[in-house]
Amino acid sequence: MAENTGKLKAAERMKIERQVMPSADASLRSHTFEEVNMGMAEQIAMLEAKRCLECKNAKCIVGCPVNVNIPGFVSRLAEGDLPGAAEILTGCNALPCVSGRVCPQEKQCEAVCIRGNKGAAVAIGYLERFVADWAMAHRNGSAAASPQPSGYKVAVVGSGPAGLTAAGELAKKGHKVTVFEALHKPGGVLVYGIPEFRLPKEIVRKEVENLERLGVEIVCNVIIGQTYTIDQLMNEMGYHAVFIANGAGLPVFMGIPGENFKGVYSANEYLTRVNLMQAYDPNAATPVLRAKQVCVIGGGNTAMDAVRVARRLGADPATLVYRRSRAEMPARAEEVHHAEEEGVTFQMLTNPVQIVGDEKGWVKGIICQKMELGEPDAKGRRRPVPIPGSEFEIPCQVVVEAIGTKANPLLTATTPDLQVNEKGYIVVDENNMTTKPGVFAGGDIVRGAATVILAMGDGKRTAAAIDSYLKTSVQLPN
Amino acid sequence: MGYQVVESVWLAPNVRKLKVSAPHVTRNCGPGQFVIVRATPDGERIPLTIGDADRESGTITLFIQAIGKSTTDLCALESGGSICDVAGPMGRKTDINHVGHAVIVGGGVGTAVIYPQAKALKEKGNYVSAIIGGRSKPYVILEEELKKVCDAVYPCTDDGSYGFKGFVTQRLQQLIEESTENKVAEVITAGPVPMMRAVAEVTRPYGIHTVASLNPIMVDGTGMCGGCRVQVGSTMKFACVDGPEFDAHQVDFKELSDRLSAYRDHEQKCMATVK
Ligand SMILES: Cc1cc2nc3c(=O)[nH]c(=O)nc-3n(C[C@H](O)[C@H](O)[C@H](O)COP(=O)(O)OP(=O)(O)OC[C@H]3O[C@@H](n4cnc5c(N)ncnc54)[C@H](O)[C@@H]3O)c2cc1C
Ligand SMILES: Cc1cc2nc3c(=O)[nH]c(=O)nc-3n(C[C@H](O)[C@H](O)[C@H](O)COP(=O)(O)OP(=O)(O)OC[C@H]3O[C@@H](n4cnc5c(N)ncnc54)[C@H](O)[C@@H]3O)c2cc1C
Ligand code: SF4
Ligand code: SF4
Ligand code: FES
Repeated sequence: MAENTGKLKAAERMKIERQVMPSADASLRSHTFEEVNMGMAEQIAMLEAKRCLECKNAKCIVGCPVNVNIPGFVSRLAEGDLPGAAEILTGCNALPCVSGRVCPQEKQCEAVCIRGNKGAAVAIGYLERFVADWAMAHRNGSAAASPQPSGYKVAVVGSGPAGLTAAGELAKKGHKVTVFEALHKPGGVLVYGIPEFRLPKEIVRKEVENLERLGVEIVCNVIIGQTYTIDQLMNEMGYHAVFIANGAGLPVFMGIPGENFKGVYSANEYLTRVNLMQAYDPNAATPVLRAKQVCVIGGGNTAMDAVRVARRLGADPATLVYRRSRAEMPARAEEVHHAEEEGVTFQMLTNPVQIVGDEKGWVKGIICQKMELGEPDAKGRRRPVPIPGSEFEIPCQVVVEAIGTKANPLLTATTPDLQVNEKGYIVVDENNMTTKPGVFAGGDIVRGAATVILAMGDGKRTAAAIDSYLKTSVQLPN
Repeated sequence: MGYQVVESVWLAPNVRKLKVSAPHVTRNCGPGQFVIVRATPDGERIPLTIGDADRESGTITLFIQAIGKSTTDLCALESGGSICDVAGPMGRKTDINHVGHAVIVGGGVGTAVIYPQAKALKEKGNYVSAIIGGRSKPYVILEEELKKVCDAVYPCTDDGSYGFKGFVTQRLQQLIEESTENKVAEVITAGPVPMMRAVAEVTRPYGIHTVASLNPIMVDGTGMCGGCRVQVGSTMKFACVDGPEFDAHQVDFKELSDRLSAYRDHEQKCMATVK
């Protein structure tokens, strides 16, 4: 390879085409839960890295919600210095194996990449994944020199990306961290929501193990608000600060007739059964209904995951029903593309108005209305308007609703001094502190359903804020 | 690892009482609440009522009726065994008020589900009657325990082998009619869906406030999946966080019983691996 031939000139960099991510054959993978993207070979990743112009005014860094030093790690990779690249990347981003796989890069770092002004943007997400996977494979047992214990105890509520990131950062500062998780397995949406074929659970497990090596204690089966209240954590159990990162897990149903027929699922239930409870294996203890015809309603990442799961469980057709057009779908572009390759049917500009069932209570179809795009709404998205008289029925035996989530009131209801907004999301100040002193919050429970990287960003920023809060406001007994 | 079983006894041919070490659950739990349990690392998450809790020893008591794979696995546990996961407490605590005469109506393992309510109602100074049913004598459970916390206990059996011959609903009807001085003010019921539905129909004409402890299929128990949804009046409720107890006169029992049959094929297949 050309590692030692000195730096390439910009013109040479511009000549290199964007490298492609090898993916499993669509006709085979649409029947298995193996990871779709297979990862780049080292030479290919290095070649892709050489496309980066190493801009002085690197717009990509600003496009990334956690400001990863992209030219920094990419230039090391281009030189073949993988340990150097890994050090820079993991210093900026606590879970790069995850973000490299699930970030909506095309709307973030890659959207503003200067290389993209002429030709394609640098494949930053793929390079991030490459370096992160290398780093994980070469991680040595001693996670980091364990710091001097600070004497402070911090409780983290929820083990999704926000909670895990904060726990790691706080542990590195010497604080004693306990993560409380309601489910039996840590990871939040990363384990119960996002399927194996996009994010192997092994990766999440290894990240969690790494945190445990840093001294973080993870306690599952504890529902804060029920098992212990926030006040008990602080007044009786000796925690000096609490970080609430319990996500936005309450599913929204459409409110149309027929939603309680057997075979109607929220995406959360469908995906939880398949991912967390392993119902992709027909011999698992937890069942999931498999049907010939499955309709998934929605257009986001959750809908895309559900419809691709349905396909893998044997649905033919597996149909995605969305009320706007393809251009408005909020899902990651790569997922839409992969879904299409896997044979998912897209039924766009279509809005369900009723679910119909048979006399035994099983779903047999959904009645839909055709839509057309009207005037743009406040966000500039064109509003779908029903076309009168356009009703038609799509036959199906399973319906999955993936139209969004709202704030879960379980915790906030038992903590009345925690201010929430009209939608139930927790109100925080610029340091992510809530209206209750010493209690901080971040991730989806503050933002509403957002992204993994924003949740991780919140975890990192809040950990820093908690650290300074502890040092300035909490006196330890000597 | 896991949660230790410290005591295990059969109460009926198909109902086992397990005392389990789960100190975290005992801290805040109250009547009406439940835990979600996973027997083994590849097991299902299933809801079970907290039949009793002792904060001092950090133990909870579960009463489990073996009806399928998961409950059969749990009923096979002996003292010294362990349960992989015990999460909770979940659900709301029962609203316990001073009403005068309160009646609890339990069928099968439902008797265990409302045992904590009976205790709490008595502690609030109510006159508490318990009507408990089983198909025949060995299936009537917790009679002795209930006698200690109730003013009157009326066992019923379908075949008349013990106590009142007939359904708990027939005995309830009688009790309501008999209690002219000490009028029945509230009924709390738990058991098979058809029984709870029938109880609601008995009390409806009298306008007696009636609460049913519902048992839909659950997954997480934290409000995250919506699988436990039940129709109560005109609103959809999630039983794990809004319940599990609801106004029995408002519940759509037909739909509940229908939804409980969603996985019958799979359940039968799983049971075949047990036997
Ligand atoms: C199916 C699906 C696909 C997605 N795909 C993408 C994607 O491709 N890219 C992307 O960027 N984003 C994606 N998202 C969004 C992203 O996953 C979320 O924004 C992110 O996970 C939020 O992180 P969090 O840490 O705030 O909460 P979560 O990940 O929701 O984790 C919260 C955790 O807290 C636990 N918890 C809740 N209440 C309590 C309590 N009272 N006590 C203790 N524990 C509690 C929960 O069990 C859970 O484990 C997707 C979301 C879903 C549902
Ligand atoms: C809040 C709550 C509290 C409960 N408390 C108790 C308790 O204290 N003791 C106890 O023994 N059981 C209790 N149950 C019921 C218990 O959870 C189920 O019996 C159990 O999930 C069945 O699992 P399985 O694998 O053994 O049987 P499965 O194979 O899943 O089911 C076997 C049969 O039982 C029916 N069934 C499935 N799920 C339920 C259910 N949730 N309730 C009733 N029938 C069901 C099915 O239709 C099927 O015919 C409670 C349920 C809820 C929701
Ligand atoms: S974390 Fe996401 S946005 Fe940031 S550089 Fe990585 S892929 Fe891009
Ligand atoms: S903007 Fe694009 S080309 Fe410039 S440094 Fe960032 S990744 Fe490289
Ligand atoms: S069991 Fe999932 S919401 Fe109730």
